Amino acid sequence: MAIRQCAIYGKGGIGKSTTTQNLVAGLAAEGKKIMIVGCDPKADSTRLILHAKAQNTIMEMAAEAGTVEDLELDEVLKVGYGGIRCVESGGPEPGVGCAGRGVITAINFLEEEGAYEEDLDFVFYDVLGDVVCGGFAMPIREGKAQEIYIVVSGEMMAMYAANNIAKGICKYASSGKVRLAGLICNSRKTDKESELIEALAAKMGTQMIHFVPRDNVVQRAEIRRMTVIEYDPAAKQAEEYRTLARKIVDNKKFVIPKPLTMDELEELLMEFGIMDEEDESIIGKTAAAEAVLAVA
Amino acid sequence: MQDVETIKPGYPLFNTDEYQQAFIRKRVFEEAPAKEKLEEVFQWTTTEAYKELNFQREALTINPAKACQPLGAVLCALGFYKTLPYVHGSQGCVAYFRTYFNRHFREPVAAVSDSMTEDAAVFGGQKNMFEGLENSRVMYQPEMIAVSTTCMAEVIGDDLNAFITNAKKDGRVPMDFPTPFAHTPSFVGSHITGWDNMLEGILNYFTLKTMEGKVVGSNGKLNIVTGFESYLGNLRVIKRMLNEMGVAYTFLSDPEEILDTPADGEFRMYAGGTTQDEIKDAPNAIDTLLLQPWQLPKTKKYVQETWNQPASPINIPMGLSWTDDFLMKVSELTGKPIPESLTQERGRLLDMMTDSHTWLHGKRFSVFGDPDFVTGMCQFLMELGAEPLHVLCHNGNKRWAKDITKMLKASPYGQEAEVHAGKDLWHLRSLVFSNKPDFLIGNSYGKFIQRDTLHKGKEYEVPLIRIGFPLFDRHHLHRDTTLGYEGAMYMLKLLVNSVMEKLDQDTMTLGETDYAFDLVR
Repeated sequence: MAIRQCAIYGKGGIGKSTTTQNLVAGLAAEGKKIMIVGCDPKADSTRLILHAKAQNTIMEMAAEAGTVEDLELDEVLKVGYGGIRCVESGGPEPGVGCAGRGVITAINFLEEEGAYEEDLDFVFYDVLGDVVCGGFAMPIREGKAQEIYIVVSGEMMAMYAANNIAKGICKYASSGKVRLAGLICNSRKTDKESELIEALAAKMGTQMIHFVPRDNVVQRAEIRRMTVIEYDPAAKQAEEYRTLARKIVDNKKFVIPKPLTMDELEELLMEFGIMDEEDESIIGKTAAAEAVLAVA
Repeated sequence: MQDVETIKPGYPLFNTDEYQQAFIRKRVFEEAPAKEKLEEVFQWTTTEAYKELNFQREALTINPAKACQPLGAVLCALGFYKTLPYVHGSQGCVAYFRTYFNRHFREPVAAVSDSMTEDAAVFGGQKNMFEGLENSRVMYQPEMIAVSTTCMAEVIGDDLNAFITNAKKDGRVPMDFPTPFAHTPSFVGSHITGWDNMLEGILNYFTLKTMEGKVVGSNGKLNIVTGFESYLGNLRVIKRMLNEMGVAYTFLSDPEEILDTPADGEFRMYAGGTTQDEIKDAPNAIDTLLLQPWQLPKTKKYVQETWNQPASPINIPMGLSWTDDFLMKVSELTGKPIPESLTQERGRLLDMMTDSHTWLHGKRFSVFGDPDFVTGMCQFLMELGAEPLHVLCHNGNKRWAKDITKMLKASPYGQEAEVHAGKDLWHLRSLVFSNKPDFLIGNSYGKFIQRDTLHKGKEYEVPLIRIGFPLFDRHHLHRDTTLGYEGAMYMLKLLVNSVMEKLDQDTMTLGETDYAFDLVR
């Protein structure tokens, strides 16, 4: 069977890396062969699998060797929990260089060095927050990831980001085979979160593939640089991740998303009481001006 | 001043007193250092101490001995029937490719750019691709547009596949209009990488989805892939040899005609080249022979994995024994015997080699250029009893270096040779100052090394023998041949006569050295 390649996107800080690693550990526990490709200069996509602070990244090693061509695959590809193969693209320090090109270089390197071995069942790309430039869309170019999962929560900005990512996917979906495969709700315990994300997913033409509740065991495991699956496989949260994993294995709902307009999105948020009806009369009024009005 | 009755070129015009005075004033104006100081620094750059510093250089390249990927992609694309090379990216890059080829081949070279500017760098180049493809097809009526990229498009991560498909869906060019493409970032690899990438892109476009029903060997032909080939004679000699053998063949990229159109009053934007039908039929060939295997890893992989052809390993058919190997491989694959005509040609080459060997035996040559050329050249030099000294390849990798080192060390003529992969011509300059070869073999850029070594003193001068790419400062050398027995004859002639030319120069002093200024050599 062909390798299923999945890219995980979502707003920065939403828990993409944690979710990805737990989910991948869940898949590995079921005997799947997986590779994770971290596409974020922060390089924190594989630490829970490798029990490491930070893995040597492709770009870091390439800079050291002088050129990518002098790099060997086994210098950058490490095997962790459950036989999961881990690679981090890496990238420059904040404020310099071009992180997007780092992603392109890293993925080209992996392809040329034969990292995409035929016995792999899944490849997961854990991609930096927003698709800010062409480089961060590399994982969804033709012949690479065809399934995209967006990690989201009931917070307003996370939903904005998810909707923006869907817009990016449309650009690629129109020419290629890349499809939105679902929203993963990583709960922030906001009001009616599950219903809200289900509604958002429905409007976007996709599904909320799973609702991952919030549980402190994730943090406890993370302090030990482990996934919950490995740290405490009996924990309820571990079962949640395994469920998510199974849902992804069985997933058949791949769509070209229908991103919402700003108005539609705000309407949805108002419907769920996350945003108030806009009061046009207060716009542009300073506190002082409001005080005067209040007195009057 | 220039006089209209006797117009002079810059040299010797600038030798007149008026201009010489202007040069002196210019030096004052520019606060140039004293000539003594310049000389002192020059002398320092010729020392061992400087060489050591020079080889510690990390971040800086001085005088590269390689060009960039899209240059190779354009050459590859030119070799296909009615194909317009299209570069997605900056305009200046493409102007450079055109002039580079103009100066070497002395032919007009048609290539277009979609002229990305600052807004495209911010918003991505899809709009440029839409308009560029549409305009190019309408204006220049090609039957194929082969797309490559410049650094700019690569840094911002433009996705050619998506952009081209979107352009087609938008109706800019018909869905079935051939638009193969290759990502060719200039900051990766060199012109040879770009050639390989473009060919893979073209083969991929025309054959990947139509492999059903293809049977290796069913068309009875051989596919020939030259790689980045800058000698027209090489395209012709390979064809001639195959014709003499009665072997049917397809060149996958054949720019022989487009780079050699006659001046008969008709401008040809397109001429000759491999047709689309020939590409589509290529998987049916007996095998695909890669004449410059170090250049063509992607093509090789494609041929083996998608076409299921062996891509039989060969060396570049340069010199005597590797031409033998090539012809025997062709014979083995096709079952056609090597004809008497080629056997005779071989005998003539061997005759020439024995005639000249006393002059070439033990002569030391430093060589630079692309990996397969350098390897082939060293092999031929050693066949002649000449000794490769510095072997420098800017775009050769570690594996190449290991391979050629092994080859050199296996011969008594290669014992002194030093292999330098990834080094530039400024490194080479240091090398020839500290260990002088008799001659330097390489492209036109080598002339600056000759000038510098001469400046140090006549006894340090390393004359350049021009074989390689580019050759800008001599006319029509690109018409010559370096492959096959014919190519070996040409190179042998060039090498041995360079030795005699040098000897004549050294022995021409009347009454002093002319005891050796012989009529017969």
